[in-house]
Amino acid sequence: MNASTASGAREASAYNFAYLDEQTKRMIRRGLLKAVAIPGYQVPFGGREMPLPYGWGTGGMQVTAAILGRDDVLKVIDQGADDTTNAVSIRRFFARTAGVATTERTRDASVIQTRHRIPETPLVAGQIMVYQVPIPEPLRFIEPSESETRTMHALEDYGVMHVKLYEDIATFGHIATAYAYPVTVDKRYVMDPSPIPKFDNPKLDMSPALMLFGAGREKSLYAVPPFTQVVSLDFEDHPFAVQQWDECCAFCGSSESFLDELIVDDAGSKRYVCSDTDYCRQRTERLEENQQ
Amino acid sequence: MYVAVKGGERAIDNAHQLLASRRRGDTAVAELGVEQIRQQLPLAVARVMSEGSLYDEELAALAIKQAAGDLMEAIFLLRAYRTTLPRFGASEPLDTTQMQLERRISATFKDLPGGQLLGPTFDYTHRLLDFTLLAEGEYPAPETTLADEPKPCPRVLDFLAGEGLMVREQDDGAPVPDITREPLAFPANRAERLQALARGDEGFLLALGYSTQRGYGRNHPFAGEIRIGDVEVWMTPAELGFAVPLGDIEITECEMVNQFVGESAEQAQFTRGYGLAFGYAERKAMGMALVDRALRAGEYGEEVQGPAQEEEFVLMHCDNVEAAGFVSHLKLPHYVDFQAELELIRKLRRQAPAEENR
Repeated sequence: MNASTASGAREASAYNFAYLDEQTKRMIRRGLLKAVAIPGYQVPFGGREMPLPYGWGTGGMQVTAAILGRDDVLKVIDQGADDTTNAVSIRRFFARTAGVATTERTRDASVIQTRHRIPETPLVAGQIMVYQVPIPEPLRFIEPSESETRTMHALEDYGVMHVKLYEDIATFGHIATAYAYPVTVDKRYVMDPSPIPKFDNPKLDMSPALMLFGAGREKSLYAVPPFTQVVSLDFEDHPFAVQQWDECCAFCGSSESFLDELIVDDAGSKRYVCSDTDYCRQRTERLEENQQ
Repeated sequence: MYVAVKGGERAIDNAHQLLASRRRGDTAVAELGVEQIRQQLPLAVARVMSEGSLYDEELAALAIKQAAGDLMEAIFLLRAYRTTLPRFGASEPLDTTQMQLERRISATFKDLPGGQLLGPTFDYTHRLLDFTLLAEGEYPAPETTLADEPKPCPRVLDFLAGEGLMVREQDDGAPVPDITREPLAFPANRAERLQALARGDEGFLLALGYSTQRGYGRNHPFAGEIRIGDVEVWMTPAELGFAVPLGDIEITECEMVNQFVGESAEQAQFTRGYGLAFGYAERKAMGMALVDRALRAGEYGEEVQGPAQEEEFVLMHCDNVEAAGFVSHLKLPHYVDFQAELELIRKLRRQAPAEENR
């Protein structure tokens, strides 16, 4: 996270390193430090307009811009894939405005900006995950007012959340939340892990990597520091469980990764492939090596 | 496989080229100049400057050209540029009594000091298509006489306030917050509310203002005064210590006279709602004034009956750059979350028959 000042050998450009001016980046880093100090707490920040639309990752981009140094290696994924259009667009943005090295390999990246997934490859100490967050408030769909939800967090008043999960069980027999599944961070704050599938929730628990969350439109930052306990909400008789597939990946044969369902013909036949394209490619390459 | 979403870099480049070609249209037709847009679409320029919160006619016209006439896209372009600009400081408060008026009307008095001045307005045009505009040609310039020295023109609501009939606005001297630098916290103060409304979407404010007229939080408005014209902007640079003029800007100001409040009949006073926009932007200023007054329900101890009176609802949803962004992000791939939902709904349906047989 070496903050770099502008100028130097950078190509002649009207914009500062990584687009945002240094004062703004400092303001965001101050917010991030507070977020790391109070895991799971939503820190309001003076979010700026970015040259991409709100809802397309402006929060994550501001966090990335604030922490990016010249030596960082950036990976950007959307839906777990490096080649989805928005991931391409954001990766290009930082390649252009910051000139940093980019990669598609999870292991090689020092900063990974993501939308909707956590990579399957286990993260290591020193890596930073940056999450794009649409609605940072886990209580929002129960209580629309921000002043109310802030009070509820302050009082640790999370009863309504459990009532909602209970109502799901009463109606459907299961907790009917498949993504953006709420978690308790460090035994204190209930947090929205961003719209990752609940399949990815266990990866947050005691992760050696730093997790930073940025919500641009809602102007809020939060964080999970390395080695922090993150527990998905559940009940003793209805324990938290992740998605499982009967099939395995059509490319790499993985039965452990999150699979995307593809409809491959007009008859509606289905095939399943890994959502994490890097993980899938690494496995496929290894399979081919072994065959040779 | 699955090329629909995983288009990658080439698809993006091609899309940009197609967009440029669509914007240009038939190359046999002369290209539209930025100066033409600035001169001949001044109301579009005004809206983009107001909601883009940057007073620069040339850049607003450029944004309109670049956005192929999509004003929300142009507003977004201007905002994204504005956010990179350094902030020198704040101007002195505008003194709109010193405005060089182009239009000034009051619906609350038949005549008044300074007079009623209709100015260039669509108000009394019959909305019949003018087919002569299809052919380019000379237009008859109006006969105008150069005004005398611009005279200060007192504000209508100040007469009422002078008589004690209108609640006076108090400047509490607190530093003025900047909602583009600091996040909005609730409850917000009036300065923050007015800033948010000034950047707010014209259509949204119009609809909310309209809803108060139809009974969702009535506040009995009269158009006390609407004035449009040029006003000087003054600023006191720290190194000088005295105010210097920076130049003129065109603005539209609207002050609504609203229902009275008071502890007793003797103390009853009218209240006001305030609207201000860059350029000639009457509809925006009126909508803003109605909503500003509606949002003062708490201040005047009124019961909240409509969405226009709910501060969080209005301020969190009035910004069209935020709204357009979040709605449009639904176009981004969501297949991972959808896959999670598919898995869930199938699981629920699988076990349903078993439970019914119990």
